[in-house]
Amino acid sequence: MTARVSYLAVGLGCAAGSSLRYLVSVASLNIAGPLFPWGTLAVNVLGSMLIGWLYAYSRHREHGVVARMQPLLMAGFCGGFTTFSLFSLETLYLLKTGQPGLAVIYLVASVSLWMLAVGMGYWLGSGATSRSITNGTR
Amino acid sequence: MTLTSAGLITGLIWVAAGGALGGMGRLALSNLMASRFGTHFPWGTLAVNLSGALVAGAVARSLSLSDEAYLVSTSWLLLVVGVLGGYTTVSSLSLQTLTLWLSEQHRLAALNLLGTCVAGLVLAGLGWWLAGLWL
Repeated sequence: MTARVSYLAVGLGCAAGSSLRYLVSVASLNIAGPLFPWGTLAVNVLGSMLIGWLYAYSRHREHGVVARMQPLLMAGFCGGFTTFSLFSLETLYLLKTGQPGLAVIYLVASVSLWMLAVGMGYWLGSGATSRSITNGTR
Repeated sequence: MTLTSAGLITGLIWVAAGGALGGMGRLALSNLMASRFGTHFPWGTLAVNLSGALVAGAVARSLSLSDEAYLVSTSWLLLVVGVLGGYTTVSSLSLQTLTLWLSEQHRLAALNLLGTCVAGLVLAGLGWWLAGLWL
């Protein structure tokens, strides 16, 4: 894949991922209100799970569709869907508005759930691959 | 404050445009860091996330929006939700932490994850403080 194509793929995937993240945060504000950053927590956990799955799935199928679309799906979509800058900013806001307990809960819950999600995605992706290989449907 | 459907569509356009730019910026910096420092440690992701947190803190202070303005401010949607949101990433951070862990580099994995989070928070605070000096 040429450099120009991978920039285009990452740009497109990231635009789509960012738009969806914005929709999730608008929805979470409407449903749960502004007291806790549910939207960012949700996108970061879901995006971690998806990237874990994509990574494991494409690793054993290097010429498959998912592997070929890796810049679009992983660096692009998952990268745009998740966000570290808003996570840092929200933790800072919770501290600044005198809610250190909530800031710690947000930080600890985020980090644990991200890792749980990426591990689960990886496990699911590896499992699906080995199953389809043994079934001969590769 | 309620968001009209026209407001939502305008917001989506700003966020998508900013996100595309941010994602390409992340790719450029990741490639640069990988060619300079190699791929043994995810320096690229660390660099985008820490620089993104610093700038986010500064931009948030500079815009100093009221709670209701976040949904409709063009600068916020384009720069923070779009550009910085797309530029920084949690998915690569968690995946790279997992792959470090799986390659038996447990201490480096923990350091990558916790170091990024603590440094990101400190840098967002620093950006906030720096913007206050300038304003």
